Amino acid sequence: MISSRQLIYRYANGPTLAFADLEVAQGGVLVLAGASGSGKSTWLALAAGLLQASSGDMLVAGQAVAQLDKLRSDAWRAKTIGFLPQKLHLSAALSVYGNLALAQWAAGQKTDDQSIAAALAALGVGDLSNRKPSQLSGGQAQRVALARAVLLQPKVILADEPTASLDDDAASAALNLLLATAEQLTATLVIATHDSRVKIHLEAVSRSFLGIKLASKLINTRPISSLNNSIL
Amino acid sequence: MNIISLSWRYLWSRPLAASLNLLLLTLGLASISFVLLVSQQINRAFERDLAGIDVVVGAKGSPMQLILSGVFHIDAPTGNVPLAAVQALRKNPQVAKVIPISLGDSFRGFRIVGTSLDYINHYDAQLASGALWTVPMQAVIGSQVARQTGLKAGDSFAGSHGLLSGESGGGDTHGQTPYTVVGVLAASGSVLDRLVLTSTESIWKVHETDTALDAEDQKILEDEREVTLALIQYKTPLAAVTFPRFVNTTTEMQAAAPALEITRLLNMIGVGTDLLKALAGVLLLTAGLSVFIALWSAVRERRADLALLRMLGAPPRKIAGLLLCEALWLALLACVLGVLAAQGVLATAAWALQAEKSVVIGAFVWPIELTVVPVVALGVALAASALPAWEAYRVSVYELLQSR
Repeated sequence: MISSRQLIYRYANGPTLAFADLEVAQGGVLVLAGASGSGKSTWLALAAGLLQASSGDMLVAGQAVAQLDKLRSDAWRAKTIGFLPQKLHLSAALSVYGNLALAQWAAGQKTDDQSIAAALAALGVGDLSNRKPSQLSGGQAQRVALARAVLLQPKVILADEPTASLDDDAASAALNLLLATAEQLTATLVIATHDSRVKIHLEAVSRSFLGIKLASKLINTRPISSLNNSIL
Repeated sequence: MNIISLSWRYLWSRPLAASLNLLLLTLGLASISFVLLVSQQINRAFERDLAGIDVVVGAKGSPMQLILSGVFHIDAPTGNVPLAAVQALRKNPQVAKVIPISLGDSFRGFRIVGTSLDYINHYDAQLASGALWTVPMQAVIGSQVARQTGLKAGDSFAGSHGLLSGESGGGDTHGQTPYTVVGVLAASGSVLDRLVLTSTESIWKVHETDTALDAEDQKILEDEREVTLALIQYKTPLAAVTFPRFVNTTTEMQAAAPALEITRLLNMIGVGTDLLKALAGVLLLTAGLSVFIALWSAVRERRADLALLRMLGAPPRKIAGLLLCEALWLALLACVLGVLAAQGVLATAAWALQAEKSVVIGAFVWPIELTVVPVVALGVALAASALPAWEAYRVSVYELLQSR
């Protein structure tokens, strides 16, 4: 579950971003659409507890993120948020297995071979665990990165541009994989994208997935001057 | 997965940089270890051979040469002094012990030292086999002599004139007056290991037999008997104030205090060790900078990876710790390799010096001073990784979202 109310973030020497109120039920899907610079990254950072909102409330998986202090936010993020970055960032120094073990290490947990094997198997890459990231295809790498994101059974999955630089078929497959994975965990799925295919695809498949709530065009971006004017 | 294995993987994910840094650090630490080991060994060798010798009396000349030739047997002696003059010293109330030393001959590069049994007792040397000499022309050989020449009790050999080393380095062979080996000393690590010891009378006998023309000539030679020098122990430390001056002013001989001369020598060697230390310092500085650059660029390269770790829930101190750990791995490896390299070089040097029949240095000692090496390694690692670790600490996850 994610909800926000009158969420505003002011950059120190930059624009002020005011976000539209939204509410997504646990297990729902939220698409953050919009062009680059429209505030998608900022919203993701706020939801992950990496940035502190200037004003307004934001509730993620039952936690008011503004109330997390720095130390607790790391631990909270580890067990609540699963993050799929656009560039995947699989560590080249480690095997596929090592990359998942790395996630457990980062979260301060003991390496758990069983859950790593299960996470890889669930995404159909169970037999690749000894490969290096350089030996993976693009699709395999994305599956491994997703396995890493969901390894600790997060309540929220944040996917940053998951379809960028993918062709239509691959983009559909990636989205289906995300939806299926999120559904299996009943995790709330947030997709930040400027790719119009995402919305089209989700609308097309929405009937087969229960609980999808499309919430595109949720972000309002105003330059700081206009905001000032409106306040004045 | 833990921070130790993870940092190890990260370190060797850039094998070239890691190897180069390891090499630089190892060279620096090896130099330091080497300087430490060598100065410790030299000091120990000097202390061991000097033990209980308060002053050395011999022919006038360089006091250092007198000490080097008479105590450590690594230089030519300054000349000979009349036996009578040395015997006169025995009567001096300040003198506790006089050990005569006669040099001049050698056997296959090992010095034949004519002396009294006091010399062997002075170093507490034990017999490995055989017995001590009882009559002239019997010899007791040091362990190294026995090992390298193959001589054993019962064998006989002829000394050659001169102290030059090498199989054929000596001068004329005193073939008419062969020595008989009666005993072999156990290895003690002292100078005795590489000496052939015999009674003072033997040396006289060898030379008189060789040069005397007839019985009358023999008589004259006997009246002119000489020794090379004498090792003297005082009865009281206070003698050090007056005895050397007494010898230097009232006799034709000179008295040299080994402690003084060795301090002088160590000061001269000290310039060398200071140079080596400076070199080690430069190497370590270079290594530290190189490690710093490698870690710094690693942080730059892996910024996104590190940011992802933060996203995955790792607190900043964990990320900084990862960097620190990488540097510590390098330090640990370089420490082990550096000390081993230094020990290896020293062992080779010890072997070479032994072959040269020079100062005996033992291999593979672990002086307490060597603990400086890990401390220095740790210091370099910490200094080199401080800034990169701080940079890693400050990595913002937000960059991950913006790196489009």
